[in-house]
Amino acid sequence: MDSIVGYGPILIGGMGVTLAVAFLSMALATLLGGVFATLSLRGGAVLRSVTTGYTTIARGVPDLVLMLLFFFGGERAINTVRAAFGLERISVSPFVIGVLTLGFIFGAFLAETFRGAYLSVPRGQVEAAQAIGLPSHRILSRIIFPQMLGLALPGFTNTWLVLLKSTAIVSIVGLQDMVGLADKAGKATREPFVFMLAVILFFLALTAVSGHALHRLERRHRVGV
Amino acid sequence: MRIDLIAENADLFVTGISMTLKLTVMSLAIGMAIALPVAVLRGMRLPVVDKVLRGYIFAFRGTPMLVQTYLIYYGLAQFEFVRDSVFWAVLKSPFNCALIAFSLNTAAYTAEILRGALEATPKGEIEAAEAIGLSPLQVLRRITIPGAFRRALPQYGNEVILMLHGSTVASVITIQDILGAGRTLNGKYYLAYEGLVTAALLYLALTFLIAAAFGLGGRKWLAHLRPAATR
Repeated sequence: MDSIVGYGPILIGGMGVTLAVAFLSMALATLLGGVFATLSLRGGAVLRSVTTGYTTIARGVPDLVLMLLFFFGGERAINTVRAAFGLERISVSPFVIGVLTLGFIFGAFLAETFRGAYLSVPRGQVEAAQAIGLPSHRILSRIIFPQMLGLALPGFTNTWLVLLKSTAIVSIVGLQDMVGLADKAGKATREPFVFMLAVILFFLALTAVSGHALHRLERRHRVGV
Repeated sequence: MRIDLIAENADLFVTGISMTLKLTVMSLAIGMAIALPVAVLRGMRLPVVDKVLRGYIFAFRGTPMLVQTYLIYYGLAQFEFVRDSVFWAVLKSPFNCALIAFSLNTAAYTAEILRGALEATPKGEIEAAEAIGLSPLQVLRRITIPGAFRRALPQYGNEVILMLHGSTVASVITIQDILGAGRTLNGKYYLAYEGLVTAALLYLALTFLIAAAFGLGGRKWLAHLRPAATR
């Protein structure tokens, strides 16, 4: 039990890595979600089928398989290109691959969320705004976006909570996040139970705190909807 | 892509598929056996029991399945009394540990799905059952639970897919499932794509099959919810 105190500072560093992966991949997922929601709403037939292909792969292939494919396949692909230019081999960073994979996967979920929220804003309001002569960018910023926020928040909360837990798999490609460090420390001290329990408490605290905060935000934005 | 290497090692993937299916189906079955009583008990709102069940569900839904599997596979072996106990025969195998972690995990999610479906039972159905003289247990067995299973079908289909995807965690503790087969193939010939692409396609195909099966099930068992013209 004393061993966990000695490892305290290292584990706190690991928490920082886990949080950094989670925040950056959520930011990327939000960006991809916005882009692909727009494409599926406004794009032509080709762009719409690109979106369908993207969501099918991102949601139909397990996260761990995609991450390993991005990690090993990505490294091989980059080095093949580099070799063609006579450059030396490099190794890709598990941190970058982790963020890209999780952003890629959860972007597909958010694209669905954003699309649904956009379609849930009553058409009559858009028509009314057009009737009083609002330009389309203003309709978007004044009428559609403010309401989309409240409509998309439950899906956003859900995606964040699932993403948070998915960050654990990044340890499998060697990132020293909370899970990776606890696994190492557990094996070194022969006390894996203690360290994994610490990880479990860390995730429960994160889930509870961020879930609570986002649910409060949801309640605030539901007012008037 | 070296398709020839994939074809040569097809047996690797065949055993991988059967391992993945075995793990997924067994976890879902055990999970359902746990989830149904948990959901019914939660509906009764018993003072202490409800707190315990809520704690269980919160703990398993709030943490990664990878960490839960580590805790059971590596963690429990830390204690001498576990290694000396009769349970060690069960707990020393990675398959059993994965099965325990996956079952407890999917049970927590399934219990919440079922609880929602049980609570959504129309009051009139229960009143009608009581009016013709069914006992509370009969109402549960004949009316509430069958209706809840129907209503839970679409969400449960999602849970089955999540369980299939989650079962890849097994490959991390040395189990040769589909992902394990892909990684073995890649390791054997120093490949980067072939094994993992094959694994990805197999998982994608299985996901489609499950979604299609639940779609068919929904057409059959939820037909009364569709507009009359399309029935």
